[in-house]
Amino acid sequence: MIRMDKWIDTFQKNRTSQFIVLGLFILVSSASVYFLERSVTAFLLLLGSLLLLHYTHLTNRTKWIVGLLLLVVIIPLATSGGTSQQDYMEVAVQTGIYVAMALGLNIVVGFAGLLDLGFVAFFAIGAYTYGIFASPQATQLFHSDFFPLAGTWFWPFILIGGFMAAIFGILLGIPVLRVKGDYLAIVTLGFGEIIRIVFNNMDKPVNITNGAQGLSQIQQPEIFGFTFSLASQFYYIVIVILLVIIIGVQRLEHSKLGRSWKAIREDEIAAQSMGIPLVKTKLWAFALGASFSGMMGVVFSAKNMFVDPSSFTLIESITILVMVILGGMGSIPGVILGAAVISVLNLQILTEVTNFLTQNISIPDTLSPTKMQRLIFGVILVLIAVYRPKGLITAKAKQYDPAKLAEQPISDK
Amino acid sequence: MSLLQIKGLTKQFGGLTAVNQVDISIRPKSITAIIGPNGAGKTTLFNLITGIYKPDKGSISLAGTSLLNRKPNQIAGLGIARTFQNIRLFKEMTALENILVGMHNHLTSNLFGTLFRLPRVRLEEQNAAKHAYQLLETVHLADKCNELSKNLSYGEQRRLEIARALATKPKILFLDEPAAGMNPKETKELTDLITQIRNDFDLTIILIEHDMKLVMKISEEIIVLDYGQRIASGNPDEIRTNPRVIEAYLGKGAVS
Repeated sequence: MIRMDKWIDTFQKNRTSQFIVLGLFILVSSASVYFLERSVTAFLLLLGSLLLLHYTHLTNRTKWIVGLLLLVVIIPLATSGGTSQQDYMEVAVQTGIYVAMALGLNIVVGFAGLLDLGFVAFFAIGAYTYGIFASPQATQLFHSDFFPLAGTWFWPFILIGGFMAAIFGILLGIPVLRVKGDYLAIVTLGFGEIIRIVFNNMDKPVNITNGAQGLSQIQQPEIFGFTFSLASQFYYIVIVILLVIIIGVQRLEHSKLGRSWKAIREDEIAAQSMGIPLVKTKLWAFALGASFSGMMGVVFSAKNMFVDPSSFTLIESITILVMVILGGMGSIPGVILGAAVISVLNLQILTEVTNFLTQNISIPDTLSPTKMQRLIFGVILVLIAVYRPKGLITAKAKQYDPAKLAEQPISDK
Repeated sequence: MSLLQIKGLTKQFGGLTAVNQVDISIRPKSITAIIGPNGAGKTTLFNLITGIYKPDKGSISLAGTSLLNRKPNQIAGLGIARTFQNIRLFKEMTALENILVGMHNHLTSNLFGTLFRLPRVRLEEQNAAKHAYQLLETVHLADKCNELSKNLSYGEQRRLEIARALATKPKILFLDEPAAGMNPKETKELTDLITQIRNDFDLTIILIEHDMKLVMKISEEIIVLDYGQRIASGNPDEIRTNPRVIEAYLGKGAVS
């Protein structure tokens, strides 16, 4: 028993052995994904290696390199073994989209402490921004041959979609930030529904959004004559945007702006007394958080080639909020984990369990786990609130090195 | 020449006049204590000056600049910092981060610089952290720099609040009951600290305090409020013997 403790102790200190174990884990899980025909368990283990990576004591640089290697090379390769690569990649793309949205909502809810229950509205704005201009809808609207825009326009539209969402974030923020707490939650909930209903009804008198039928034949992204159409191709677009977002939020978290958000979350009056302008700082949180959602909205509409208002319901906003709460409000790795867990649960585990149950014991359709999504979210929320109120991975404060702090400041002139 | 000039300041909450026609004039680099029985309007006065409440009547000016119709963050930018009666630290942030928040107005980084991590922004952040550490040393909390502020002891939290207020580089520092809940030893240390920061930072200090030993020891000027009105002002000796002050604290008949 004592030897076991000793062994664990050395293992915790020894980076090389951790690296080897992690490598073996990745090898085994990726090999099983490669050789087994559609095994959800193996795929989950492979994704789990990212979590394992988070908990190793490797240097930050090694973590980034291994993480990138996993995402860019190993996961696409491992899933290419069987016939179900596109299924896996579909899940990965959707997970990526949710992770980006959860990171955006984390700025608003986790950092700035503003409860937003209508966050999916910004996703809708991004999706419709690209959807309208890149589909025959624009031809009808502007009577111009210039539209629909070609697929190459997708790239600038990622930024335009983000920008539009940010604008709407500010437009929502200006009137809404007069109210606090529960009232803020109710008003944002209303805003989310208003956006959806407006898109649903903007087909008359002038047909802008094509109403409940939605927009179809949206152009797929194109670059140098190459068209992105498969999930495995969109995967790379999502990974790149996601990396930019993750690096962005990491830098924001410990910046002047990030500290101001947290100060407002902790105590508005004290924050104001320290010179922090409340409205401006909160509007930045709304705008930046919304822009992540907007960018992914553009990707979403380009990938599905179709958008309609039914994709942007209240349950989507709640799903994103559950991701943030489950992962840990204000914790970047936590929110990524929360988003991954919930989306994989939704997209894979629930459907797999349903398939398993219907094949083995015939259960009535109304009892199938895919229909119990809300119940499961409710249970998760209750369990988290009781047992881990700070989420799966608690937010950590930045630790400074006192020895470095004691040095003389360097003059910047 | 007075640094802070208050004239005819009045604030009503419904039928209650919390602050009534108060005139105050504060000399630069002085330590002034505001005392008075509970409910005399001392904290309300602080909240009026720092912009948390809007006065009904009267004027407040700092070195000739009117503070009326300004938001608390703008008033902080003009050089007024404060601590709170019921400690208002940023609980889930470390001691060092609390101070960095206090430096808000003196950091120039913008969104672009932060996202691209420009060398200028990185240097500014490093220097800010070092300055924050020096402030923690001033209040003897350097060894707690990475501690969440909610985990500090009561006396430490009070000192951290003072350091956080100093980080805004104020002209006037308002301390709302800085010694509340402290034991005699801590109060003694606090007394020394207040005098020390006044000298080191060239500050004007205004404090609300119930601990008369502390008040009599450090203040050069004392203002007494009762029922929202200024009933007396003067140096500690004058206040100690002022019959109206004794009456306010001990009731009619106590003087004779």
